[in-house]
Amino acid sequence: MLLIGTRKGVFTLRSDAQRSDWVLGGPIFLGHIAQHVVLDPRNGSRLLLAAGTGHLGPTVFWSDDLGVSWQESARPPRFAADDRLNRTLERVFWLTPGHPSQPGVWWAGCTPQALFRSDDGGETWEPFLGWNDHPMWETWAEWPDPQTPDGSMLHSINIDPTDAAHMVIGLSGGGVFESHDAGLDWKPRNAGVEHPMRPLQELEFGHDPHCVRMHPLRPGRVYQQNHCGIYRIDDGDARWTRIGDAMPREIGDIGFPIELHPKDADVAWVFPMDGTDVWPRTSPGGIPAVYVTRDAGATWQEQREGLPARGWFTVKRQAMTTDSFDAVGVYFATTSGEVWASTNEGEHWRRIAAHLPEIYSLEFSDPASALC
Amino acid sequence: MIVHIPSPLRSYTNGASKVASEGGTIAAILLDLDGQFRGLRFRIVDEQNQLRRHMRLFVNDEMTRDLNTALCPDDELTIMQALSGGI
Repeated sequence: MLLIGTRKGVFTLRSDAQRSDWVLGGPIFLGHIAQHVVLDPRNGSRLLLAAGTGHLGPTVFWSDDLGVSWQESARPPRFAADDRLNRTLERVFWLTPGHPSQPGVWWAGCTPQALFRSDDGGETWEPFLGWNDHPMWETWAEWPDPQTPDGSMLHSINIDPTDAAHMVIGLSGGGVFESHDAGLDWKPRNAGVEHPMRPLQELEFGHDPHCVRMHPLRPGRVYQQNHCGIYRIDDGDARWTRIGDAMPREIGDIGFPIELHPKDADVAWVFPMDGTDVWPRTSPGGIPAVYVTRDAGATWQEQREGLPARGWFTVKRQAMTTDSFDAVGVYFATTSGEVWASTNEGEHWRRIAAHLPEIYSLEFSDPASALC
Repeated sequence: MIVHIPSPLRSYTNGASKVASEGGTIAAILLDLDGQFRGLRFRIVDEQNQLRRHMRLFVNDEMTRDLNTALCPDDELTIMQALSGGI
């Protein structure tokens, strides 16, 4: 099942294990901004939706029947009334289920760049003070004035599957931050990453990771698609390596999403975009193409068989996903409302949905293969 | 008193466009409504007790953003969304 969050609500695509025929479902919450829709892999039944409208503020909904019926969180993410900075929540941007040893825990990344935690499957949420009230928060976060177009956000909440206390998050803008004590303290982890405004200067924070992915089988390896290129860091590395330098020069290594092969830590997919001139954020030359590396970024190969010869859309940071079949399926969704699928690791693509609203997020979920 | 509910908030009031509430101020009415319809208040007022930017409140025909506005039992409170464009 593919969960699709759009500018105008939630849609689903369902198929069997052959992944040949897809049935579109929805809209759910038509008219709501559906920023992120995620199924809990620990139980295969609880679905969370980060939602909002322009007028009514942000909230979270949950469903235990794969989206047939929904409940709003009894206490959605919100700052305390006596918050030290009088912060108000503008958007719930990102949802991540907690560690498998913490079955009720969920994390939410937000605008402003705050972190919220639920201990009861998303029914109630509390500000996570280890991050939100960190002594460096006002320095690391874009506060009080957002610098990022479309608002600053905290995204890419990665929980180490081998260590619940190890977390990696991304701030646009702000950089990558890491905790080894379950979020009580945080450190920037940006050495080696180019800064968008100061390319000749090494800065500790202030970078713009667009998407950060920790590999589930090798959590010491983290990839990021940054505003300034594609990077990888491995356990023990002090600095990120710009693996995007191996991309074709005429394509470059700018983009929003990066997605990892669930069984091979050397394999990753990106969807490059045009970062020249005024940053159109469409495919370079208007030629949509996925690029894959099978050697941890040493080389990259174009994958565009089946994709249109010309297209002028953007693939947002949450709009690329993979499944866990033997020949891994790779999927991406576009701002022009299309969903594209490959059932052979990107070798061939076909469109499986069109004419949807602007798509913000795409997540593959298999309710039948819950972890517990 | 009668409170008029705009269509985007009627999912909270089981579809009702008018509901009854009791309270001496707008703030008290919103708390009472939240007791009746869980979550409704936070859609109107943020966590810093400020009326959300695109929400409008009318006591009878008078617009106000002051949640401490005193109310009489015969007043009617109308909650509206601003006409603020959209995409």
